[in-house]
Amino acid sequence: MIKKDLSVEFLGVHFENPFCLSSSPVGNCYEMCAKCFDEGWGGIVFKTIGPKHFLIDEVSPRFDALTKEGTPFVGFKNMEQIAEHSLEQNLADIKKLKENYPDKVVIASIMGPTEEDWEELARLVTEAGADMIEMNLSCPQMTSHAMGSDVGTNPELCRAFCQAVKRGSKLPMMAKMTPNITDMVPVAKACLEGGADGIAAINTIKSICNVDLDRKIGLPIINGKSSISGYSGKAVKPVALRFIQQLRTGIKDVAISGIGGIETWEDAAEFILLGSTTLQITTAVMQYGYRIIDDLKSGLEYYMEEQGVDSLMDLIGVANDNLIPAEDLDRDYVVYPEFDTDKCIGCGRCYVSCFDGAHQAITFGEDRKPTCDHDKCVGCHLCALVCPVKAISKGEVVMKPGRKGTPAEKAI
Amino acid sequence: MTGDYKKELKPAYTMLTIMEEAGRCLLCYDAPCTKSCPAGTDPAKFIRSVRFRNFKGAAETIRENNALGAVCARVCPTERYCEEACSRCGIDKPIDIAGIQRFVTDFEEKAGMKILEKGAANGKKIGIVGSGPSALQAAASLLAKGYEVDIFEKDAYAGGFLRTGIPEYRLPNRIVDVEVKRIADLGAKFNYNVNVDKAKLDELKAKYDAVLVAVGASEPGTLDMFAGNSYAVPAVSFLKEVKDKQGEVALPDSALVIGGGDSAMDAAATLKILGVSSVTCVTRKELSDFRASKEELETARQLGVTIIDGYAPLSVEGNTVVFKHRRLENELKLKADKIILAVGQHTTADKLGISVAKNEVSFDGYQADGKVFVTGDIAKGDKTVVYAVRKGKEAAAAIDSYLGGK
Repeated sequence: MIKKDLSVEFLGVHFENPFCLSSSPVGNCYEMCAKCFDEGWGGIVFKTIGPKHFLIDEVSPRFDALTKEGTPFVGFKNMEQIAEHSLEQNLADIKKLKENYPDKVVIASIMGPTEEDWEELARLVTEAGADMIEMNLSCPQMTSHAMGSDVGTNPELCRAFCQAVKRGSKLPMMAKMTPNITDMVPVAKACLEGGADGIAAINTIKSICNVDLDRKIGLPIINGKSSISGYSGKAVKPVALRFIQQLRTGIKDVAISGIGGIETWEDAAEFILLGSTTLQITTAVMQYGYRIIDDLKSGLEYYMEEQGVDSLMDLIGVANDNLIPAEDLDRDYVVYPEFDTDKCIGCGRCYVSCFDGAHQAITFGEDRKPTCDHDKCVGCHLCALVCPVKAISKGEVVMKPGRKGTPAEKAI
Repeated sequence: MTGDYKKELKPAYTMLTIMEEAGRCLLCYDAPCTKSCPAGTDPAKFIRSVRFRNFKGAAETIRENNALGAVCARVCPTERYCEEACSRCGIDKPIDIAGIQRFVTDFEEKAGMKILEKGAANGKKIGIVGSGPSALQAAASLLAKGYEVDIFEKDAYAGGFLRTGIPEYRLPNRIVDVEVKRIADLGAKFNYNVNVDKAKLDELKAKYDAVLVAVGASEPGTLDMFAGNSYAVPAVSFLKEVKDKQGEVALPDSALVIGGGDSAMDAAATLKILGVSSVTCVTRKELSDFRASKEELETARQLGVTIIDGYAPLSVEGNTVVFKHRRLENELKLKADKIILAVGQHTTADKLGISVAKNEVSFDGYQADGKVFVTGDIAKGDKTVVYAVRKGKEAAAAIDSYLGGK
């Protein structure tokens, strides 16, 4: 069995592996978190704890999913707010988790409408024994506009709340960002200035997944109505990766807990390569259960072996420098597609997409095989993306007229 | 075991699994499946409709082309047509086009869709003799062109071989009845228990602008050595009895099926499904050039039918049959409680004054003589249901052209 060291150090805390439950329905009580630890997760972010006076009152039903062909949960929408158990119960659960799982990382997610609430909650979870605090500045479906993503788009408020938390606790603390914003960097900077030690990103994206076409109501339907609420799952991964990259370029070496659509070890590796030290997961757990940890860990260990690294830390942020502004990309050459006619099964999808979606460079012969006219081809490789048998690869590289350099020196 | 007989053997797709199957489709350009349907169905189009969740549009594509879409979905040997052509074969296995068609036509039925339309009346009347698949398709095509259609059926129900020859677990009566009702709803009048002989045909010729003879090849073939043998029964008679009685028939402990076509496989599989422990099928053909469809053969085998190929019956005494290998020096003696003869069927169309040889008309096309036309198994061409549909459309077009295309 593969055995690689998946441990990471994040904000001074040791994680046996980077995989954590994110603050959500999947880490809502002692029994859930205990089971998750038993199955091998490195840490949990306990479902967000609010102040005593904020009463949680949830709707029923509260989820919806976007599907595609036979794929359920392309994206997932949820309307749950924060932990519905009593403050005392939540604190007792955190205490018990730490007692019974001293080597696992217990992160308390907190949220409040005022500086006093934030400070008090920070103090309480510290007393309960949490290893770390995550500030939930980003839940998009709160019934109070003094909490959640409305706060998370306001840098000044975020800074003040971070300062309040730091007054209440000396624990390492990360601020969880909302993606419902054009540029996350100013908010993240304000949080760091206010005392946050790292950033968690992203929370869910405000969404409407589906509309019931007969009843003309968004889903899920609650007494004939619905609401905009948070979207998560595989579909948000590209958005999450983009924000994480922007954080890493906007704030040098910022410590990040990556969140957003992680299902497989490959997703996890992408988040790590773009600068995440720990990873948080909910949607895939809601769909498949805590057991996904087996393949997340094993797959990542095999990846480390293939990459020849002994510490996962060596992979963090390795890809950040390979993402550059569009204006800095090399535009001097064209790579033509190369067609493997033995592999080709003659479906004609490359032809359809080239004509309807690109530059009409492919002709489809009587023999049901494609040929490419280099005079028309721009090397976009849409054909390769739609080919169901991967019979189209990168072929001849040609310099554009008048450009300097040679094809041989290009990293295709 | 009648429960198993009455239940469709192949499970239906669900809303989830249909999307998985449709998702396997490569959505080919100039799709080979579509070019391979004898009836002119466009699988590429209806699968794409399913893929984009337009189930009603998918139903329209199937139904507008094929009045027997739900029947074909269950009995078409797609392995020889669309599914053989499927590009996905280049990766693993073809898309289950028949299965998707079945899902779509089931959806059409559940949604209560009425897709077939009657054309504006042109004042002309067509009589159809027989109500098998080709007759039904011809009726739908003629009704669409504005003809009045009267159907004369010798049995008490419509559908011909679909109702009598194909076991319930492959094609439930209910499915046939729904297809028939669609055509009746368009205005076709079904006259049951009418035996059309030469005199009756002449009467129809006098009354109608054209008469379409679609009597098929429903008379069971036999072998001389089995004449008067009380153990032997023709496969078509056996299959009809089982279907009429929905499986409630007296069963032997062991059965011998002689023949290797679809009816032989259907009879053998039916016996197994009904609970007969020992079913042995002996066929003159060798498996390498077997007549039955692969799926039928596979079904029979999975049900536990013993298949012995390459042997032809040599003699019979009571319920003991001696077979001889076609090419090898070997004989085989088998004894069973019941002997099913699946050695083909023949037509009685010659008794209607239509010239036939080897169960097919001797002329090309569909026009026999003046206002008498033929379609179905007696017309030239393949004898599958999908071909029956194609011939039904072509015969209707021939009649329309003969009557001035109006």
